[in-house]
Amino acid sequence: MILAVLSGFLIAALVPFFSKYLKKTIPFVFSALPIVLFVYFISYLNQIKLSSHKMFSYLWVPSMGIDLDFRLDGLSMLFALMITGIGSLVFLYTANYLKGHQYLDRFYGYLAMFMASMLGLVLSDNLMTMFVFWELTSISSFFLIGFNNEDPESRKSALTALGVTGMGGLVLLAGIIVIASVGDSYSFTELLSSPEIIKSSSSYLWIIGLVFIGAFTKSAQFPFHFWLPGAMKAPTPVSTYLHSATMVKAGIYLLARFTPLLGDTYWWNSTLITVGAITMIFAAVHSLFRIDLKSILAYSTISALGILVFLIGLGTEDALLGAALFIVTHALYKATLFLVTGIIDHETGTRDVTRLGGLQKVMKPVAIAGFLAALSSAGIPLLLGFISKEVMYEATFHFGKWAILLTALIVLTKALLFVAGFWVGVRPFTGQLPSEYEKVHLPSPLLWVPPLLMAILCVLFGTAPIIIESFIQSVYSSIMPNAPEIHLALWHGLNWPLGLSALTLALGFGLYFFLKPSNGLLEKTKKFESIAPIELANAFGNLFLGFAKFWTNFFQNGYLRNYVISILIFVTILAGYRLFFGVDIHLDWTQISQITPSELIVVILMVTSIFFALFSPTRTGVIVALGIIGLAICLFFLYYSAPDLAMTQFSIDTLTVLLFMLVLFRLPKNTTFSSRKTRIRDAFFSLMFGTLISVLALEVFEAPSSSEVSDFYAESSYLLAKGKNVVNVILVDFRGIDTMVETVVLVIAALGVLSLLKLDLNPSKKD
Amino acid sequence: MKSLIFKTASNYLLPLLLMFSIFILLRGHYLPGGGFVGGLMAALAFMLYSFAFGLKETRNIVKLNPRYLMPIGLAITILAAVSPFVIGLPIMTGLWFEEPLIMVGMVGSALFFDIGVYLIVIGSTLTIMFSISETI
Repeated sequence: MILAVLSGFLIAALVPFFSKYLKKTIPFVFSALPIVLFVYFISYLNQIKLSSHKMFSYLWVPSMGIDLDFRLDGLSMLFALMITGIGSLVFLYTANYLKGHQYLDRFYGYLAMFMASMLGLVLSDNLMTMFVFWELTSISSFFLIGFNNEDPESRKSALTALGVTGMGGLVLLAGIIVIASVGDSYSFTELLSSPEIIKSSSSYLWIIGLVFIGAFTKSAQFPFHFWLPGAMKAPTPVSTYLHSATMVKAGIYLLARFTPLLGDTYWWNSTLITVGAITMIFAAVHSLFRIDLKSILAYSTISALGILVFLIGLGTEDALLGAALFIVTHALYKATLFLVTGIIDHETGTRDVTRLGGLQKVMKPVAIAGFLAALSSAGIPLLLGFISKEVMYEATFHFGKWAILLTALIVLTKALLFVAGFWVGVRPFTGQLPSEYEKVHLPSPLLWVPPLLMAILCVLFGTAPIIIESFIQSVYSSIMPNAPEIHLALWHGLNWPLGLSALTLALGFGLYFFLKPSNGLLEKTKKFESIAPIELANAFGNLFLGFAKFWTNFFQNGYLRNYVISILIFVTILAGYRLFFGVDIHLDWTQISQITPSELIVVILMVTSIFFALFSPTRTGVIVALGIIGLAICLFFLYYSAPDLAMTQFSIDTLTVLLFMLVLFRLPKNTTFSSRKTRIRDAFFSLMFGTLISVLALEVFEAPSSSEVSDFYAESSYLLAKGKNVVNVILVDFRGIDTMVETVVLVIAALGVLSLLKLDLNPSKKD
Repeated sequence: MKSLIFKTASNYLLPLLLMFSIFILLRGHYLPGGGFVGGLMAALAFMLYSFAFGLKETRNIVKLNPRYLMPIGLAITILAAVSPFVIGLPIMTGLWFEEPLIMVGMVGSALFFDIGVYLIVIGSTLTIMFSISETI
């Protein structure tokens, strides 16, 4: 299992080395990955139907309760199949869509990384692991949105998306930590065994608030929806895969996953219903103001996500079943519509719905796919959309107090989405074919087979829902404990939902014939732009940037001496404040060992060089004097039996002197010296800091001379880590993670120096 | 600093110092030493050589740009850290071969970790030093 989850990362890491040799075959090598994974997950399907869930455990950081536990149940299986299934089609589609693109290998690497993170996210049972994968999806999606990295717009969109989802991720992390501290475990399965603990705890509202923000940012709910339309700057396969079928559903997944744990309370239900309802109506209306096919799809996706949040919020048996069904339905028809849009864009070079028409004459199979997907989105009988719509209406209609309002809202949304779906799936293919597109021809089967396949699935599942019934049952039971037996059918008899369906269709058809997409509608919304959430977010961003600029300029004005002074003052005040209250120094002269002549010589050497450094007129003199001080410190380390420290200090000191010599050797001779005033100021700060360090050193005497920690290391370094040099064993074994992070810091520093010195942003200067 | 004595000496000092740095690296687990100090020494050896013969000459004898040592070293440390994971132990568990290797002593994942640190230190120190001295 772990190999299945992480294989995407492995393959992505290997690409750079082999891409040179695989340029031609790379798409097919990569497409094998999701296909193999899809088959792998399918093989577990029967086990999932029989038992409630299957666990796979791998140790990671057991001491902190963070392990790679994977839980395969109905819900995670549904997502895993969507990720790998739609992934396979998208991977194949890309082979032709981005044929010959110079960064094709990179693109597949990002896609594979994304797929792996998404799989990890939906399969993780450990909340902390899930968070890690959650962030990884944000990061890989950043790369994919900004794939056309030469376009400033696409870079900006990528940054907005990362900003919003990244912020949401941090909030989610806070939520997870609170959950873990209340429930005393990071394991979802363990938490699920006693959900009352969390629901009745005093921090319950905090928990759901934090989880909601995490889910809403990821799933583009109002008012965080604005990053999604921008993210459509990415190539169409990315929009299909990330921004309609999988990643944006991560928030939905999270809510569905937490429903048995946190759900079914007043705040949970009412918040989700409100936010979901606002989002679905708002975005559905918005989608009709667009003329770009992808924008229409972007807003209709947000609206569909709103519907899902709304359904999870209702939380009744029918509503959760409706949500489970609608996740499948939406993924299938929306991915189809996106892929169809991609083909249109690829072949005609435009996505403007007002300029397209009659394309069915030149690309029949694409038209069929688009048409079927639009029908499924509209919820016409014999398609999967119909079944899920019926269940939704059933849910709102029997909700109780607010039934009429909720039903009206969802019927209206559905009617608007009907129009949006038809604009994308039907309109470009019907009517008169503009003469400029007469030469357009059917693209390679790699492009049109994937959408057609998904469209056919819409029909297949719609006409014979029995095929997916048992699978939906297991999805349903993982969202809802003790779920009743379900029965999916085409014909529920003459009842209210059927009437509402007819009403929706009539409304939709009416709107479709009455309303034509036009630029004028978009223009009319312009005046509201100043209060749109995206503007507010941008204003906040600019404010933040301005403040950061001011702050940086204030402290980092480019004079090294000022940096040193501010650091010294800060440390002195911070430590001095603490010492002011609790200093307790008394020197026990009997404890201090005899001063040996060799030590005395070293001290004299140090003091002499300090004064030499202070009064030397040349830079070289100062550097040499400082070097001597460093070496003298080495000697002290040696006297007090710390050979490791002495060795390191010795090398570091040599390097520092060399570095100084390299730079200062070339500088002109000292001509001006600092004034008496600055000298006095510097002397004051130095003395202050020196005093602080001396006081601290004397404080250390007060602490007990031997502690448990050093005893532990001394005793167990050979027993546990087979090393005799305790210092080194601590570095490479006991605290190895620290060392690893420190080396990373070292590398970052080196890269920083390299890019500061070598990067020339002004190429004209070179000549 | 182009005196004949200095040049001749550094010609012989470079291999000696490099060997010494590897010696320091390998003995780290039992006696004073380790990857960090070893790396610093190796970097110093190259610095010494470049003082005597100039940067170009130094780059010529190394062939590999020192900045590539950083990712290689990082990869080695990470692999050494996660290798126990493959056989089902938590990461950073020390793994050891049964028999000591001739001249080296016991070989384990900690040694590889240290080798990674060694390479990173050489890589980043030389990158910093070379790029500074090249720019000026």
